[in-house]
Amino acid sequence: SVELDVFVGNTTIMDKEVYQLWLNGYTVNDAVKVRIDGGIMEECEASVEVLLSDTMDQYRTFQMCERLLHHPTKLANQLLFQIPPDRQAMLIERYYAFDDAFAREVLGKKLSKGTKKDLDDVSAKTNITLKSCRRQFDNFKRVFKVVEELKGPLVENIRQHFLLPDQLARDYAAVVFFANNRFETGKKKLQYLTFQDFALCAGQLINNWTLGAVDNMMEDMDVDLDKEFLQDLKELKILITDKDLLDQHKSLVCTALRGKTNVFTEMEANFKNLSRGLVNIAAKLINAKDVRDFFIDLVEKFIEPCRSDRWTSIDVNLYLTHYTNSAHILDTFKHHSVWTRYMGVIKSCILRMYHE
Amino acid sequence: MPGKLKAKIVAGRHLPVMDRASDLTDAFVEVKFGNTTFKTDVYPKSLNPQWNSEWFKFEVDDEDLQDEPLQITVLDHDTYSANDAIGKVYIDIDPLLCSEAATVISGWLPIYDTIHGIRGEINVLVKVDLFNDLNRFRQSSCGIKFFCTTSVPRCYRAVMVHGFVEELVVNEDPEYQWIDRIRTPRASNEARQRLIFLMSGELQRKIGLKVLEMGGNAVVGYLQCFDLEGESGLVVRAIGTACTLEKISTLPSTATQPSNSSPSKDMKEPVFGEEAPGVPLSSGPPTPLRAQTFSSFSPSKSYSRQSSSSDTELSLTPKTGMGSGGSAGKEAGPLKALLRQQTQSALEQREYPFFTLTSFPSGFLLHVGGVVSARSVKLLDRIHNPDEPETRDAWWEEIRQEIKSHVKALGCHAVVGYSESTSICEEVCILSASGTAAILSSRFMQDGSLDVEHRLSRQPVVFTSGADRVEGDMGSSASLGFEEVAPPGCGFCHIPYDELNIPFPAQLTYCYCCRRNKVPDVLFTTIDLPTEANVTGKGCLIQARLCRTKKKGQGEGNATAISNLLPFLEYELHTQLMNKLKLRGMNALFGLRIQISVGETMLLGLASATGVYLTALPSPGGIQIAGKTPSDITYEQHISNMQKKINDTIAKNKELFDVNPPEVVEEIIGSPIPEPRQRSRLFRSHSESSDEVSELDLSHGKKDTFVLEIDDTDAVEDIHALLTDSPTPPGFYSCNTEIMPGIQNWTSAIQMFTSVRVFRLNNANLTNQGLNKIFTDLCENLLKSFYFKLRSLTPCCLCHLNFTVAIPEDELIQVAVTAVAMSFDKDQALENGRHGGEKTQIKAIHENDEQLQFNLELNPDSTKGLADISGSHPSAKDRCSSWIEQLRLKAHTMRRGSIKTTSSLEKNSPLPEGRSRSLRSNRSYSGGSVAVVKMTPLSFIPGAKIIKYLGIINMFFIRETTSLREEGGVSGFLHSFIAEVFAMVRAHVAALGGNAVVSYSMKECVFMENPNKNQAQCLINVSGDAVIFVQESELEATSVQPQSATTQTSNGGEGT
Repeated sequence: SVELDVFVGNTTIMDKEVYQLWLNGYTVNDAVKVRIDGGIMEECEASVEVLLSDTMDQYRTFQMCERLLHHPTKLANQLLFQIPPDRQAMLIERYYAFDDAFAREVLGKKLSKGTKKDLDDVSAKTNITLKSCRRQFDNFKRVFKVVEELKGPLVENIRQHFLLPDQLARDYAAVVFFANNRFETGKKKLQYLTFQDFALCAGQLINNWTLGAVDNMMEDMDVDLDKEFLQDLKELKILITDKDLLDQHKSLVCTALRGKTNVFTEMEANFKNLSRGLVNIAAKLINAKDVRDFFIDLVEKFIEPCRSDRWTSIDVNLYLTHYTNSAHILDTFKHHSVWTRYMGVIKSCILRMYHE
Repeated sequence: MPGKLKAKIVAGRHLPVMDRASDLTDAFVEVKFGNTTFKTDVYPKSLNPQWNSEWFKFEVDDEDLQDEPLQITVLDHDTYSANDAIGKVYIDIDPLLCSEAATVISGWLPIYDTIHGIRGEINVLVKVDLFNDLNRFRQSSCGIKFFCTTSVPRCYRAVMVHGFVEELVVNEDPEYQWIDRIRTPRASNEARQRLIFLMSGELQRKIGLKVLEMGGNAVVGYLQCFDLEGESGLVVRAIGTACTLEKISTLPSTATQPSNSSPSKDMKEPVFGEEAPGVPLSSGPPTPLRAQTFSSFSPSKSYSRQSSSSDTELSLTPKTGMGSGGSAGKEAGPLKALLRQQTQSALEQREYPFFTLTSFPSGFLLHVGGVVSARSVKLLDRIHNPDEPETRDAWWEEIRQEIKSHVKALGCHAVVGYSESTSICEEVCILSASGTAAILSSRFMQDGSLDVEHRLSRQPVVFTSGADRVEGDMGSSASLGFEEVAPPGCGFCHIPYDELNIPFPAQLTYCYCCRRNKVPDVLFTTIDLPTEANVTGKGCLIQARLCRTKKKGQGEGNATAISNLLPFLEYELHTQLMNKLKLRGMNALFGLRIQISVGETMLLGLASATGVYLTALPSPGGIQIAGKTPSDITYEQHISNMQKKINDTIAKNKELFDVNPPEVVEEIIGSPIPEPRQRSRLFRSHSESSDEVSELDLSHGKKDTFVLEIDDTDAVEDIHALLTDSPTPPGFYSCNTEIMPGIQNWTSAIQMFTSVRVFRLNNANLTNQGLNKIFTDLCENLLKSFYFKLRSLTPCCLCHLNFTVAIPEDELIQVAVTAVAMSFDKDQALENGRHGGEKTQIKAIHENDEQLQFNLELNPDSTKGLADISGSHPSAKDRCSSWIEQLRLKAHTMRRGSIKTTSSLEKNSPLPEGRSRSLRSNRSYSGGSVAVVKMTPLSFIPGAKIIKYLGIINMFFIRETTSLREEGGVSGFLHSFIAEVFAMVRAHVAALGGNAVVSYSMKECVFMENPNKNQAQCLINVSGDAVIFVQESELEATSVQPQSATTQTSNGGEGT
């Protein structure tokens, strides 16, 4: 029996396909099976032993590389493996890539040991191997720990410390942002939302509602919402507490909408309810607890009523556009910039979260 | 005080955490040379310390400079207990002692610990100031250049080839000293590493002295080996070829070498053809012609069987007075060594007209006789006095004498492609030497030493016996005449021996190229295929593998048993080789290396070579099987089935390797004499079986087919084995030589690799057949794995496939392989023969012109074009050197660039101090902070030009673990060790300013395990030549680099 079998290249040889199998948490034997099913034996006239030997070698290489991948910047100046830059980028990108289905499960949860222990449930639910779940979870945690303390734009920090491509860095930013603010995403009513839905919302929040959004030279962090802004949001209450203002707002919006939609009647009937819902959300955001419920609130207070009245996305867009703009015409309403900053994000989020 | 060594410790990075409490390390560094030690300050609480030390200066003798390594130890300071060692770096400063090699060692070097492996890196600067003038220089052997490369290194030309140099030093192995019982494994490993470093240095210095004595300035084909004799000691021995080399300093001659086509050819020829001093080649096709107008090629031949282990006696008592080397007296100590050196004066050297070179300046190798080899079995006894290694010396002398006598028998006067090796099992040691008998031109030889005419006249015996007869003049006329007449494409194939006095059975015919001289039917050699040789088709790796069981034994009985087995082993290997060669329709072997490894209960034989079809030699006949009992019908059928299979395989192989498509043969050869008979023979030999014999007989009078008699099961097995060699998959070629005939247009994509497999024989009672099968499968499966792993490089050729077998334990077989996969351009490869080659050459030259001009533009004073330079313009030399200087600086830039990038990365690393804003634009891994270092076992890098040799790399590492399982088992352990060795080689080359290692080899890989104790140990010895090469594509890229960067770095790096 072959007791020892190694192959070391001056340039480290890595097969993308095998790397993916390793990342997916396959055992060596399972990986060999997958490769055989892929028809590689016929293609390359290889035998099972050759495949097994190759797979083992590569798995060993990946394992040795793994500790370097935990600090991607080290990969470029380590001496042990000679890996061409494009390969390094590939290794890093794939190592940090994650399954949306997995991220969706973990989103907003505390990245703690407790959560890690529950990963077998996640694994069972998502059909992703436990090994892969653990890697993805550890990646979340690692990225979180590093950028948590850093000043400056979140996405940029992630991209630079982990050498990730832009889109992936954005997704991580979303994960970090959700974990930091502990947004509730697990409620039944939110189940229909995908990770990408949330990621887009996170992007909106990061870009508009954090301190970094206003002034990115500030010595503050991108992962927390701008407290001052949240405080200011309370002022918006006037839109619903002042009866005149509310009526005026309603008539402006309705005038603009009349004849442009099939659900005008429903819009008119629901205006006050919807407006109260959105403004109340704004007013409560100063409480951390209510921040967590932000998404569930949006769904309950706005999306569900609209959906039950069979609004289309176009209707929602139309409504929110006029709703936002009309407020600026109101005589006694002074909080224009806060309103714009608030409604811009709300509109984007709702539109993304509104699945017809 | 002949020299001042200066070292500066700059910084460390990626250090391990030594203090668990703080997760940090308080590191400091000890710098030791000889008995002097300096220390840096402690750099507290950091994994990336910045010591930035002063220059530590050591004033030392140059003898010490040659022998001692600079030893750098990184430690963790501990206030209350002993400081913990983190690891060490040994720096061989030899490259700094030679004015033409490196000038500074500067860069990140891995910190190595024998138990933990690489633990971070350290940035150092090392320089040497030699106070001596040229005269002083000459008195020590500082300044002698060493090359592992077994040909004249590119960018040098050989003014003189002086001949064989050898030396060995012995010592007690620290692992076996009594003190080893009480010291830690780490201490023991380090003692061993250090000792071997010292011994290598001493050996190199001593060889250097011999070279000086001979009047040379370099050793080419330097081959150093270790014999771990266990209880009886440690032997470090080396052989090489002393030369006087001259740097080619004129730009044109180097610049016009196309790097696209087979480099060895192109580089060598302008050098030797045009510039070599001395007698012009009268026959000599002028250089441009040599570019292969002659495509035919004719061989000489043969394998000398008589060589094998005739030496069965056991010299338990050293024989003194063997040759003259053993004459050493009994004085102990250095005096003795000195004496030995003196007695082995130039005169005695001539007693061994051996050359470790495997390829030669054109016109140097006149004729090849065949392989000569000698083996002898010895019993090891304790080396009582390390300063008196004469026992070992005497052993080797015996062997060399034997080789010499074989050479004479072949009518030759020299051995080329010479090498020596050992295999040790307990107290039994097999010494082997082999080479290729040859006749060399006197052109590169010192007067009186190896002058051909001279030698022949002094030793009339060799030739006179045959001289009076028919072709009697051959001998003497050969010596003079050959040089004038023999066309380069086939001359070396012409037999050097007397036709009527052939020392072994062989069949001679007239050369198929020139039709004037006789050639053998088959030619075996240990050298590389001469670049000018005419070859039909491509070559391929051919291996013969053999296992033979033997009884366990002890002492003399055991040694005798082994001695008795050896001839059979060699015979069978030879038969296998011959069969496999014919099966591929080829007629010559190059790079033949036969390795015999001894274990307690078995002997392993592995012969590797590259088969080719030499156009000058007759086409090999087929293989015919003859049964002994023809009466039985089923048996007959069986035989004819097998015959059919064999014939099919031959036909397939001929197609696969492009062997002899007749029109190509004719066109290319332009052979004046058409040979219809040959062609028909070629066709028939693989078309039918039954009437083959008669037809062949008609065509050629004598036996042409190789008849295999199936008279016993062994033969059946042999034939079976013949047919089970799996063919190389499409897109792959393989060889164990430097050049693959028929492939020239390499791309720059190369992948060097090392692979090791250990097989455990589970069944204790295996038969020879069973063992053979296992061993063959082991080798075949390795090859299959390579083909699979390297499939992305196709079309590609695995070059310099070097298999090393060992029997590390009773039931273990270890095979280690180092090779390089080189991809080539398929379209051009299909273009046949010389025409394609020429085209690429021209193209390459053209490209080179452009680059040249481009580069010259960098120098303000050189505004003229290439024409000027090639006309040996007076300032050409200056320009060249400044051009090279530029490149050197660039090389530095690369390294220095890395330092810069790194430090910025460190600041950015998520450490507490990284509070500042982390948006930095310069952080991009694509900037490549670690310079790429290529490694190859070949002497060249395709598509590139070697512009400087920086010195020899000769490193020895031990790695040990007591947590084998935790490190991933034996495979995990060895995998990371080999990766670490590569990393250390690369780092040291980069620190010398180089970007590649050529002629790389792993000469030793001793692996021992004890899984029950969760332990394993491995020793690896690697060597090679550090070089700077410039690639065509890189030439442009680097010259575009801003000048400012260059100047900056040179200031920073070397200003001090």
